[in-house]
Amino acid sequence: MAYRFDFASIADYTPVLAKGLGVTVELIAFGAVAGVAIGIAAAWARTEGPRWLRPCITTYVELIRNTPFLIQLFFIFFGLPALGVQLGEMQAACLAMAVNLGAYSAEIIRAGIAATPRGQYEAGASLAMTRLEVFRHIVLKPALARIWPALSSQIVIVMLGSAVCSQIAAEDLSFAANFIQSRNFRAFEVYIVTTVIYLLLAIVLRQLLRLLGQHLFRRAPR
Amino acid sequence: MNRRQLLLTLCAAATLAGAPAAHADALANIMKNGSLRVAVPQDFPPFGSVGADLKPVGYDIDTAKLIASRLGVTVELVPVTSANRIAYLQTNKVDLVISSMGKNAEREKVIDFTDAYAPFFNGVFGPASIKAAKAADLSGKTIGVTRGAVEDIELSKIAPADATIKRYEDNNGTISAFLSNQVQLIATGNVVAAAILARNPPKKPETKFLIKDSPCFIGLNKGESALQAKVNAILADAKKDGSLNTISRKWLGSDLPAGL
Repeated sequence: MAYRFDFASIADYTPVLAKGLGVTVELIAFGAVAGVAIGIAAAWARTEGPRWLRPCITTYVELIRNTPFLIQLFFIFFGLPALGVQLGEMQAACLAMAVNLGAYSAEIIRAGIAATPRGQYEAGASLAMTRLEVFRHIVLKPALARIWPALSSQIVIVMLGSAVCSQIAAEDLSFAANFIQSRNFRAFEVYIVTTVIYLLLAIVLRQLLRLLGQHLFRRAPR
Repeated sequence: MNRRQLLLTLCAAATLAGAPAAHADALANIMKNGSLRVAVPQDFPPFGSVGADLKPVGYDIDTAKLIASRLGVTVELVPVTSANRIAYLQTNKVDLVISSMGKNAEREKVIDFTDAYAPFFNGVFGPASIKAAKAADLSGKTIGVTRGAVEDIELSKIAPADATIKRYEDNNGTISAFLSNQVQLIATGNVVAAAILARNPPKKPETKFLIKDSPCFIGLNKGESALQAKVNAILADAKKDGSLNTISRKWLGSDLPAGL
């Protein structure tokens, strides 16, 4: 093979990669927490919430799940300023990720809730709990335990999807890779290094979520 | 020296003497034929593109027409690409190349150039409300740029440390970021700025300062000093009486820079 590998040329840019990795971690940390929170709220609203709210939630979920993430991101970053909502690239990226994960996790969590046996609701009602109390104490936790692996996968998918945030100049890991590539033209070396970092990041994230699941649902019934 | 050698020498001398004669004087030829043949681009708006009526239009075409009319001859536009425009000149298929061509040492070896006729530069652009006359003035400002472009590399070198450079994937991203107020200024080519101006947006990219200047020159064959002098005189007049500025305003949306 005639190509001469030169990984040393990447070494000069280690701070750029490190900064990019930091931004990606920041994005996924915020995106995952806010996204799952939105997902739980939306799942509640869709199953237990007031009747008038349900079509709104359905519209939100279907709108987000049936449009590309990149377009959602561009709409927030380039489109909203026309309506007077000026968000920086990090705010826009965080919002887009939270909104996107919110819609997907709403559907996943709803599936978990739908699998709750009727007897559980009746047990809650017989203890004079309100509907909200039943949801909080009886329904939600086992539901989350049921769908935790699926939710973890979705969070990893959104983390990998955060790569497109580089398109609005959010300086994440992909931005760092593209930036280095535009400076030293070492595309192969840059992208192989970035690929390995993303892979490690995904493995670490998955393990963290597994441990979190074990901790949260230790004694939850299956 | 035997006869054969003498004959060869004479032939060579005749060829050498005859070569310029075959070209004759390009200016005299133009006047005699009553038409000026100009190589123009058709794939590089706003300098040259194909209009709605399938005829070439643009800055270069208007300049060609201006020169022809001042010479009192008709213009014959020959569409060329940037790869073959010098060959068209060398093979005497055209008299002038007005094809947004920059001047460099390699080109100067094979053809001559007149004075500059069009501005072509990378610079920093922004609305009138923002003052930035030099790189140091970018301090504390946000500038959008297309990642990896010449202006990105140059601006990264000259911008002060507290200027924020936002790098976008392509020109469209950079333009969108500027128009949606995500960045205050943009660093780009004057042609890109002209393309934004042509859409008449609420936020107008006006030239703040130049990063890299490479104006366009008219190319002509070597040794055509009469034609060169005549075209230079026409260009000087056109700059003075504002007719070249009219072309600049029409196609680039801005006045000619003072130094052109």
